[in-house]
Amino acid sequence: MASEQVEEYLETIYDIGGKSGTARTTAIAKCLNVSPASVTEALQNMAQNGLVSYEPYKGATLTKQGLEIATRIKRRHRLLEVFLTDKLHINKEKVHEEACKMEHTISDETENALCKMLNAPARCPHGSPITPCNKCVSTCDECDVTAGGQVHAAGEIVPITDLSPCEKGVIAFLRGDKKVVQRLSDLGLTLHTEVEMLRKAPMNGPIEVCVRRTKLAIAREIADNIFVDIAI
Amino acid sequence: MAGCENCGACAPTPKSLVKNVDRVVALAGNSNVGKSAIFNQLTGVDQIIGNWPGKTVERAEGLLQHKGLRIKIIDLPGIYSFSTYSLEEVVSRDYIALEKPDAVVNVIDASALERNLFFTLQLIELDVPMVIALNQVDLMEKKGLSVDADRLSKIMGVPVVTTVAIKGKGIKELTEKIIEVSRDKTLPHRVKYGKEVEECIEKLVAAMGDVNIGYPSRWTAIKLLEKDPEITKLVLDQGVTALAASLAEELEKIHGEPSSIVITGERYHVADMIANEVVKDATSGIKKKTMTDKLDSIALHPILGYVIAILVVGGLLVWTFIIGAQISSLLQNFFTAIEQYEPVVSGPIESIIWNGAFTGFVAGITLIVPYVLPFYLILAFIEDSGYLTRISVMLDRGMHKLGLHGKAVIPLILGYGCNVPAVYSCRIMETPKQKTLLAFLVTLVPCTARTVVILGLVAAFVNIWWALALYAFDILLIIIVGRISFKAIPGESVGLIMEMADYHLPSLKVITKQTWARTKSLIWVVFPTYIIGSAALQALYAMGVLTPINAALWPITVWWLGLPAIAGILLIFGIVRKEMTLLTLAVIFHTTNFASIMTPVQLIVLALVSMIYVPCVATILAISSEFGWKKALAMTAAEIGMAILIGGLAFRLLSLFM
Repeated sequence: MASEQVEEYLETIYDIGGKSGTARTTAIAKCLNVSPASVTEALQNMAQNGLVSYEPYKGATLTKQGLEIATRIKRRHRLLEVFLTDKLHINKEKVHEEACKMEHTISDETENALCKMLNAPARCPHGSPITPCNKCVSTCDECDVTAGGQVHAAGEIVPITDLSPCEKGVIAFLRGDKKVVQRLSDLGLTLHTEVEMLRKAPMNGPIEVCVRRTKLAIAREIADNIFVDIAI
Repeated sequence: MAGCENCGACAPTPKSLVKNVDRVVALAGNSNVGKSAIFNQLTGVDQIIGNWPGKTVERAEGLLQHKGLRIKIIDLPGIYSFSTYSLEEVVSRDYIALEKPDAVVNVIDASALERNLFFTLQLIELDVPMVIALNQVDLMEKKGLSVDADRLSKIMGVPVVTTVAIKGKGIKELTEKIIEVSRDKTLPHRVKYGKEVEECIEKLVAAMGDVNIGYPSRWTAIKLLEKDPEITKLVLDQGVTALAASLAEELEKIHGEPSSIVITGERYHVADMIANEVVKDATSGIKKKTMTDKLDSIALHPILGYVIAILVVGGLLVWTFIIGAQISSLLQNFFTAIEQYEPVVSGPIESIIWNGAFTGFVAGITLIVPYVLPFYLILAFIEDSGYLTRISVMLDRGMHKLGLHGKAVIPLILGYGCNVPAVYSCRIMETPKQKTLLAFLVTLVPCTARTVVILGLVAAFVNIWWALALYAFDILLIIIVGRISFKAIPGESVGLIMEMADYHLPSLKVITKQTWARTKSLIWVVFPTYIIGSAALQALYAMGVLTPINAALWPITVWWLGLPAIAGILLIFGIVRKEMTLLTLAVIFHTTNFASIMTPVQLIVLALVSMIYVPCVATILAISSEFGWKKALAMTAAEIGMAILIGGLAFRLLSLFM
């Protein structure tokens, strides 16, 4: 089954049954405008993949994994609807169908960018709520931490060399030669420690960071192996 | 590492000069926290201090006398941890754990408390009586921080003394505490780590039972958990090592990181908690731009940074030449007035030997001191300011091409003064490969002695531009040789990881002391070689022993290099000290106007060959004590070969248009 088709099924089950309810095979068939036989086949297939639990004659319920995908698609769908209506001024009646096709192809990055541009809308043009994102932020302001023109979403893990000057991160993990990693830890670059990028020397020269009130110069190729969580 | 003879760890450890002592106390701590400054204050010895990590390359010893007690003070090299990243770490931990000094003074930089305490925690595990010297409290206060020393003392269970070592503050109190602790053997409180790690340590200590490898058992257990290769090798009990391996694996499974990283994290966690409790931050989170930030925005600027680096290094050399030449000619006039000091090679043997010795002495005074003193004066200023680390950062990329990294710039710059201390300072590099490679390149840097030859032959009798061209060529040569040796020397290279110290205004006292200390230590190396060597060579020459050498070297000197036959002896004399070539030449031809005896091409070729071929005897000895005689011999041979090859090519090339 194509992933687009799977997502469409999960969305429909979510629409009919809600988060925990059961969607009957016939109801799904009617909604998607397909035969009940192919619905049964699809549900069996999805049950094998752990997305739904399926009982013959009763219908399908979303598993945790299935629910996750369904909510994500739903969120994208509704964000897209807001975008199409508010920004592109497309007729409200047409946006549902349009969004139905687009929702399967956009990336996380586009989703984030949409959310930011639209100022994190709470509801779609038809009034349905838009579920909040599942990132580790408590408010949208935290999500807006950007510096030096480069946009890093909070919670994203990047090499420390991607930070712009003055940007901060929390050490997520270190890779590379064992001795070098040990040396970096000895100098205070331990896991979960906050580091601040001070500057980058030109021509791929060393970077200078501040950690635990001390400043360290680290060769670029070593620093490329230091991964940080963007600080929030 | 291959074996004892290649290791170099213990090679230049001087024989203990301080004898009949009542107690032994070691200074230990991070790099650049002021250990050497405290050492100087306690002992009155002038150890080189400077604002870059890694000055103290060998442990220095001094004597502290107080109320009739004779206490030997040992200044250990600065380290961040007791892992096995560098040789210094292994040497220091073995010294403290196995030779058991009566006390250790842990010198701590008050403004970077967490990282310093991380090391303190490891010292505590070594079970030594300890005093903490909370140094540079003045700088910390400037940053708006304060540390509650009493609280820290209570937590750690050892005396904590606040000091400002360069100003001598707190030294008296520190002395008293040192005496107290080394007498009472006050042990610090034991540090407890997180539950998981602590359980592993306990299990391991219990399993070890009476297995004793000389280190404290808890420390050994932690090192086994960290999979420390040296310690694991020492523990012969298979059961213990197997248990350690399985416990380490368990830790790694829980945390998803190597066990040593997990334990490092634990230590830092404890250090952070202690620091949180004792540090008061009055800055209210607002970060002002410090002077260091402002200066760095220039010193590390993508364009200005390079301009400044070139100006500083270039300025240092130009200053040395100009000032050096002035003082040198003044002194020469002075000594000529007293006695004839140019080499004499005929007459009664005693007078030849006496003349040789005297010539050596005068040459040292008139040729080395005038150039070395002004060089070291400015170098001390640059070092003390903290600028050297910035040059390292700016030139890191370029040094990579040679298989080195930014820190290598420091020994290379030192090399312009004298190759001997520069060779020792190669220890700031991490791997044996990088140390050897750098030492080799350092010997190609024209030191002040070679500068004298280049100036005396080429700048004086050809023109200054050819002299500068020789310098430029030397840099090119270092780059090419570096590239080739990088590929040829086996071993691993690691990149730059360096602490960037804050700038500070150098103090006149530190600079003058340092300049004198360096010049003095150089004089100790140079003068004996110089005086004895010069006397011996002159005597040998007078006896006619050296004459066959000219004939034997004829194919190289005359045919290949196009030099006068006498060059054979000049170059042999030059091995003792490079500038002897100049003196010998003057005597043999009874003139100081070298243009009248040699063509410009010959002058340039002679200077070029002198610049490249073997460093002097003192440098060869330094290399041999650091890296073994095999490597010293190999480098010497390589440089002789290179000098001959390049000299001959230069002769042929230059003859085409000069």
